[in-house]
Amino acid sequence: MPTRRHFLGLLSLAALSGCAPVSAPQAAAPKSGGRLRAAFAGGGAKEVLDPHLANLFVEAARSKAMFDKLADLGADVSAQPRLAEKWEPDATLTKWRITLRDTKFHNGQPVRAEDVLASYARILDPNRAFRAKSSLALVDLAASRAVDARTVEFALKRPFIEFPNALAAFGAYIVPAGAEDFAKPVGSGPFSFVSFEPGKSVLLKKNPDYWEGAPHLDELEFVIANEESARANALLGGQVEYAHDLTPTTARSHADGRISIHRSPNSAVQAFAMKLDRPPFDNRDLREAMFLLADRQQLVESVLAGSGQVANDLFGKGYQYYADDIPQRTRDLDKAKFLIRKAGAEGLTVKLDTSTAAAGMVEAATVFADQVKGSGLTIEVVTGNKDSYWSDTLKNGSLSSFRSGAMPIETHIAQRLLSDSGTNVTKWARPEFDDLYRKAVSTVDPAERAGVYREMQRSLHAEGGYLMWGFADWIVGAAPNVGGISTAPANTLDWARFDKVWLG
Amino acid sequence: MTRYAVRRLAIGLVQVLAVVTAVFLLVQALPGDAAVALAGDNPDPRRIEEIRAAMGLDRPAIERFGAWLGGLVQGDLGVSLVSGRPVVEFLADGLGPTLVLAVLALVLLVPLSVLLGVVAALREGGVVDRVLTTVTVGLHSIPEFALAVVLIAVFGVQLQWLPPTAVGADLLAQPQVLVLPLVVLLARPVCSVSRLVRAGMVEALASDHVRHARRLGIGERRVRFAHALPNAVAPAVQQLARTTDWLLGGVIVVEAVFVIPGLGTILVDAVAGRDLPVVQGLAVVFAVTTVLVNLVADLIGFRLAPRSAVVA
Repeated sequence: MPTRRHFLGLLSLAALSGCAPVSAPQAAAPKSGGRLRAAFAGGGAKEVLDPHLANLFVEAARSKAMFDKLADLGADVSAQPRLAEKWEPDATLTKWRITLRDTKFHNGQPVRAEDVLASYARILDPNRAFRAKSSLALVDLAASRAVDARTVEFALKRPFIEFPNALAAFGAYIVPAGAEDFAKPVGSGPFSFVSFEPGKSVLLKKNPDYWEGAPHLDELEFVIANEESARANALLGGQVEYAHDLTPTTARSHADGRISIHRSPNSAVQAFAMKLDRPPFDNRDLREAMFLLADRQQLVESVLAGSGQVANDLFGKGYQYYADDIPQRTRDLDKAKFLIRKAGAEGLTVKLDTSTAAAGMVEAATVFADQVKGSGLTIEVVTGNKDSYWSDTLKNGSLSSFRSGAMPIETHIAQRLLSDSGTNVTKWARPEFDDLYRKAVSTVDPAERAGVYREMQRSLHAEGGYLMWGFADWIVGAAPNVGGISTAPANTLDWARFDKVWLG
Repeated sequence: MTRYAVRRLAIGLVQVLAVVTAVFLLVQALPGDAAVALAGDNPDPRRIEEIRAAMGLDRPAIERFGAWLGGLVQGDLGVSLVSGRPVVEFLADGLGPTLVLAVLALVLLVPLSVLLGVVAALREGGVVDRVLTTVTVGLHSIPEFALAVVLIAVFGVQLQWLPPTAVGADLLAQPQVLVLPLVVLLARPVCSVSRLVRAGMVEALASDHVRHARRLGIGERRVRFAHALPNAVAPAVQQLARTTDWLLGGVIVVEAVFVIPGLGTILVDAVAGRDLPVVQGLAVVFAVTTVLVNLVADLIGFRLAPRSAVVA
């Protein structure tokens, strides 16, 4: 029987192996055949197979297995061609000519330009509310056209060099023209549909004609287990071969070889959002004091149990255009105290809104409130309703917990940091910053464009509203005989991608 | 008795209506609506408004409730706001696993708890009685989730004797996945029901009419099982009814830990998604179940011990 010491020994072993990038033992050479069962959290009533309605991780993973987008995000979160073989903008950056791959839907019909236009028309339907709608809103559908069966010409409402990011938007899948009933979905992806029991399972089989090569697996079954402990137990009990989204604690306590742990770094940024349009954080000195009060290393060690890296108040570490030349901020209590006094905020109590809407947010808020003690400022943690949290904190309060999955830095800016952004939680609204954004997305030269993005990030780093303290690893558990699991950030193409996975 | 049953059914109908109205108001009172819940971490107000319009949530609450009630009268429970699937399909999906668990639990519960109660009563004050008392009181004090976590860790993960969860399984085709959930579901009701049976049996064995039966020279076995037992079981029937109601409501903790997609799981998901028609459909089912189970329990109690007249 394992003693307590034995158990502690395992823990420290786990911690050690966490330092070096030792990947779990894997089945060496790719092998064909078999059924992989993958456990994800689901949504019961919410679950649908319509890829345009995809919202949950399990829906995104299933959509990706059955459908293709024109582009998807690579390991550096930049758009890579998928169903689009190539794209060419004209000189004005408002006309984009896209050549499609020569491939077929599961029903044998070719993927044509008109399917692409019909898919985007469905997403942009004014009477509906698909998630990709805002990303594709700059497409002028009436002026877009099918040049021939495999060539689409998109007309845009404004110049936009980052149009491929829109093609890679969450949920922007290509479906056959006229598809409305997704009870038996037909896509062009690496797996085709077999059966669906909502809230329980989806069974898919391999598409031997997939344009990027047939998957190794014969069959892929998504099963639903909402509780993290249940996903871990099912994996340990051999009931599934892949368990999505495990906690750092589970990863640590099961690093004994019975299951293998796969970590995707830079997957989810962890932050606190300060609102700039209202007191007290309309004061720049006070924002800087907050930046200096955070002990990022301690937050990563305690809240993320070491499964992550410190952040530098900027989104997208390791992503294309990330300003990694800006020095890392560290805790400086004395300077923070001085700035708090200068801002006249000594003795002030600020409410920090948080909730269990995302893992670790309440814990991070509590740890940070502790780190602020002794600075002259007091932080009072208020835990709100998790189901309406994001909508509540967008409007109310002055300081709130925040987290975000991976997306291109351009998308992060467009959705959250422009005067007219839909989810501008920090209320960062500066005409000169908006101008820089417009300049960046209409600059053709990549180096020049990167320079503009760097300038924008410098001003965000200096006086923005996001105190971004860490990047959490995304943690997946698998049976030791499962090979080919990628460690690309969650939300990117290679995350939860099963056509490259095999059973050894 | 028929008149009594009819009157109770009429009252039950009013109760069901009261429950669905209360549930509607309570869900309305929760922060956020289905559009906010669906938008999640991308709460663009423009998009939330569009979702609201697409779901018909821009209509006044009273109008939506009225339309839903109108449908209910015609046996139409409506469709899910989020997925557009008929609510009836949700209920049918969830009812299967919940019924399998509830029926199996009851089939095991009744003989087991009556047997334990009777054995303890017949050995009142003896070693068997004391051991049973200690074990049942002890077991009854362990909450379901704690017992479930321990059983999974020991028998599912460590020893690997039984599957730790029922993920993706067909419950009837793979009955081994039901063993641990049933043990957890039975643990507390067996204790409470057997305690009641024991108390009832002890009392019945000491009652006048049992003493009279003995004086008439009726055999001890017959006295115990034909005369004492029915009186002893009557108080336990109410407890059994509560247990039945609890089981048919979908035991959320057990469903979550063992991954059994029953009514409890559907309720949790629907409330988190503010999917009002689904929540209300479940409220109707739960309210009807409660009314019927209690009516049946009263009627059975009436049959078992007619002297303890039921007060409506």
